[in-house]
Order: sequence, then C-alpha cells, then structure tokens
Amino acid sequence: MPRLNNPRVTLAIIAVALVLPLVIQNFLTFQLTLVLVYAIAIIGLNLLTGFNGQFSLGHSAFYAIGAYVAAMLMDKADFPYAMTLPVAGIACFVFGFLFGLPALRLEGVYLALATFALAVATPQILKLSPLEHWTGGVQGIVVNKPEAPFGLPLTEDQWLYYFTLLITIVMTVLAHNLVASRTGRAMMAIRDNPIAARSMGINIALYKSLTFGVSALYTGVAGALGAIVVQFVAPDSFTFFLSISLLVGLVVGGVGWIPGAFFGGAFVLFVPNLAESFSKGLSGAVYGVMIIVLIYVLPTGAAGLTRAASRWWRAKA
Amino acid sequence: MSVRDISVSFGGIVALDGVSFDIDDGLIVGLIGPNGAGKTTLFNCLSRLYTPSAGAILFEGRSILTCPAHQIADLGIGRTFQNLALFRNLSVLDNVNVGGHCRTRSDYFSDALHLPWTRRGEASLKSRSHEIIGYLDLEAHAEKRVADLPFGTQKRVELARALASSPKLLLLDEPACGLNHEEVEALAATIKQIRDDRAVTILVVEHHMSLVMSISDRVIALNFGRKIAEGAPAQVQQDAHVINAYLGTGQS
Ligand SMILES: Nc1ncnc2c1ncn2[C@@H]1O[C@H](COP(=O)(O)OP(=O)(O)OP(=O)(O)O)[C@@H](O)[C@H]1O
Ligand SMILES: [Mg+2]
Repeated sequence: MPRLNNPRVTLAIIAVALVLPLVIQNFLTFQLTLVLVYAIAIIGLNLLTGFNGQFSLGHSAFYAIGAYVAAMLMDKADFPYAMTLPVAGIACFVFGFLFGLPALRLEGVYLALATFALAVATPQILKLSPLEHWTGGVQGIVVNKPEAPFGLPLTEDQWLYYFTLLITIVMTVLAHNLVASRTGRAMMAIRDNPIAARSMGINIALYKSLTFGVSALYTGVAGALGAIVVQFVAPDSFTFFLSISLLVGLVVGGVGWIPGAFFGGAFVLFVPNLAESFSKGLSGAVYGVMIIVLIYVLPTGAAGLTRAASRWWRAKA
Repeated sequence: MSVRDISVSFGGIVALDGVSFDIDDGLIVGLIGPNGAGKTTLFNCLSRLYTPSAGAILFEGRSILTCPAHQIADLGIGRTFQNLALFRNLSVLDNVNVGGHCRTRSDYFSDALHLPWTRRGEASLKSRSHEIIGYLDLEAHAEKRVADLPFGTQKRVELARALASSPKLLLLDEPACGLNHEEVEALAATIKQIRDDRAVTILVVEHHMSLVMSISDRVIALNFGRKIAEGAPAQVQQDAHVINAYLGTGQS
C-alpha cells in the first residue's frame, strides 16, 4: 500500500488545507470540517477492520458516545469544548476495549452481527426517559459554537476548521506511526494469519481488544468534534446508517491505507448531496449506483488510484 | 526437549497415542511417518496450538503445558508450517520482523508516539532481520509482498521468519514439500548450516526420504499415532515396522 511519506506532497497538501478556508465560503468550510471529522472516524475503523481484520458495523455507536459525552460535558458541566475530546476519547476507548473482550470469541460475520446490535441499540438507549435529564431524550442537546480564541480574526466556522485540522493531523500522524511499528505489524499479522501470529509470540487477545479500544477512541473523538461542529446531538443522527457510511468511506478510500480516510470522508459527505442534486426522489438510488460504479472501476479505492498515479508520475519523471 | 507419553484425539480419531521421545541439544532429528501418522499434530502440541489429553512436554526441564501458545516463541521454540502460513500482505522484511516480535518490546502508546526507545528497538530489529534475510539469500526480495513471490521463495521466508525469533529448537514441518530437485539440495545444506552456525536443535518432518536420511542424526518414525521406531537413520530405514508402515499405505 502506498504511504504519503513524500514530505513535499504532504507539505503541499497541508499548505492548501491552511489557505482554503480563507478563500472559500463559510458553508463550504463547515463541510470541509465535517470531512475531517469523518476522516478521523474512518481512520479508527481502518485500524480495526483494515489493519486488524475485525469487522464492525457498530462504529456509529462509538461516534454517538463520543458526541454525547462532549455535548453533555459542555451542557451540564460547562466543560471547555477542547477538553471534551480527551474525555470522549478515553470513554470510548474503555467502552470499545470492554466490548472487544467478549467479541474476541467472534469472527467475521458473527462479529459483524454483534457490532450491528450495538449500532441498533445505541440510538434507542439514548432516547430512554430515565436518561433524559442528561441526554435530552429525543430532542437531543444543543451546544454553543465556540468562538476563535485570542481575538483571532476568524469566523467561528474558520476557527473550528483549523481546530479540527490540528486534531486531524495529530491523529493521522499517530495512526501512521502505529501501523508502521511493531504494534502495527502485530495487528496486520493477526489479520493475515492468526495461528502463525500466535506462534510468533503475538498475544492475540491483547492486541485485538486494545485495537478495538483504540479504534473506538478515534471514532469517539470524531464524534465529539462532530458534536462541537454541528452544535447539536440527537439519537437519530447516529443510526446504523452512519456505520454504513463510515464503512463506505473506508472502502472508497482504500482498506488498510491511512490517507484514504480523507477521500472516504469527502465521499460520504459530498456524494450523497451530489446524488440529491441529480434527483430528489431517487437520491438513494443514485448514491447506490455511484458506489457500485466506483467499486467496479476502482476496487482498491483511492489507495489504488494514488498508487497508479504515483507510478505514472515516476515513470514520466 | 522431552516428550512423555502424550496422547491427542479428535472426536473418535486417535491422532497421537502415548508418544515419548527425547531430543538432545544440537541434533537434527527427522520425524517420519505415512500421511495421517500424527506428525503435524505432534508439532502442534509442541507449539501449544493443541493441548494433549495426557502426557507431558518438557523443554529445558520445565513443562510447557502451562504456557499459552503465544509464549512458546519466547521460550525458544520456533516453527514453520506444513502449508505456508505467511502474512501474505506484508513484505518479506515485515514477515521476518514479526518473527522477531518475541525478542523485542514495545507498547501501543510508545509506538503511536514513535518515542526514542521505539525508534531504537525498530532499528536494531531491522538490522537483525536484514542479517537473517541475507543469511537465507532473500535480500533481493526484502521489500516485496510475500504473496507475490514464488512458492520456493515463500518457504525460505517462513524459515527466515522462524529464525528471527532466535529459537533454540526449530520445528520444520515438511520444508522440502513442493520444492524442485536443486531447491531440496540447497535446503539440506541450509538446515545443516543453521544447526552449525546458530546452535539450533532441529526437529524436521519430511516425506522426502533421501533428505531426512542425509541430514538427520536421529530419526523417529510414527504410524497411526504411535512411535514405531527410533534410532540412527540407517537403522530406522531398515526397520521392519517402518518398511511395513510405508508399504502398507503404498508409499516408498
Ligand atoms: N484439527 C483436527 N481435527 C480433526 N482431526 C484432525 C485434526 N488434525 C489432525 N487430525 C487427524 O489426526 C490424524 C493425524 O493428522 P496429522 O496432520 O498430524 O498427520 P501428519 O502425520 O502430519 O500427516 P501428513 O503427512 O499428511 O501431513 C489424521 O487422521 C487427521 O485427519
Ligand atoms: Mg502433516
């Protein structure tokens, strides 16, 4: 799999990302912020599914937990928004790790089914009336949009974009380090051949459950950021459909390739809107056809396309 | 290594039935027997993938049956698999690096932050892996994905991966299977060389008789889960039980 380890390309991308919100409209900036949020969630899913070979249809639940932890902390405890991220991340890590422990016994479709149950149960639990005091029930929670600090001359949307960009860069670098390390190799060894991995001294239970936790942490931080950016959480924003969207983003970006998450994030944010602009009544069908076409044309997602492009570039040079 | 009276059965099939033997340090021991004799099952017991229903397995005087499978490499028992069991999507170098997993330490946190000791550990692991890759003539393939390599090369990668754990005892399950004539001859030399250069005791399962007989110091023969002969290669080759076992199943 190609890695974006060409420093010039990486710097150019970061430079564009820094300048972009200064030259585009606020709404587009807001949308790009959401692309970054989805990218973090997709990186989380990729660590679990792409690198460790564990399937999850339940990542909407981790996203929801992250979002609600952030919203509740801001709403009930007046937490500064930036401080909600580590709390949401740790809460999701613990939850993911604990969920991962019994899930060790499950593989393939059975694990997919168990995580599916998690995705279906979570929105309903969030609606329960005994929890309504904290979760706001069906209404959800509205949170305030943070302003740019230190009197920076930025709109709220621009500031949130830069804030999210910083978190995204940090989390991407950490994920990149992780998969290139001894831990990352152990994760991939388990994916490719669990029996051989065990005979090479890899503690499968430990790595699998920790990976579940770390994956949930990523998706939870994304959820918390999403709550801050959208200024609103409600149970029905985090249905099973969100899990599927993340999975679509993972496949479109490239399974087992960290930078693919950005392509995937852009796809799941923009393409459904694009489909809607074609036909309101048939937007779902158009989106579906687009996914099918993409999977036929680019079975390895943006990862394969990037690889081909860089090969072409080198051949030309 | 000392195997005492171990038995394994799967449902009604008795795969191993009271097998005992000892392996002295520094020897190459051949393990032979017709198909289904229980050789791989025995290997799986030694590497703790199966737990025998009876008997004991001692390594350096201590029972290994209380160890989980993932600690066996750490004890110094390495292995290859009868059907290739490589990490197909990883490069040759990374496969060998995973072999060195039990000889290195790290954790999620320091690996994600790429802390100084992670960096040092990676550097020393990488140089050890390259040494082994060079030793087995795999330099040209180091960065290639193993699934893209020819079968014979993949078998050598498995051997390299096993060596990366610095085993004291190396279990080779049919290393010559699927290799051509020249490759088998090279393999015989390599196995002897590994024993001499790296002070490794080797237990090798093979159907390729001339290979086993030429490299082994001792040979153990199994049939239907029982040990039917043990001794010097020439002696086992002449053994009436062994000849019968092979004739009985139509093997030469
Ligand atoms: N996991 C298993 N479940 C059920 N039966 C098994 C299992 N593993 C092995 N057996 C049976 O145990 C017996 C011994 O098998 P084993 O694989 O150890 O033979 P082997 O000597 O390695 O044969 P070969 O030379 O064909 O590799 C066979 O009858 C086999 O069918
Ligand atoms: Mg066998």
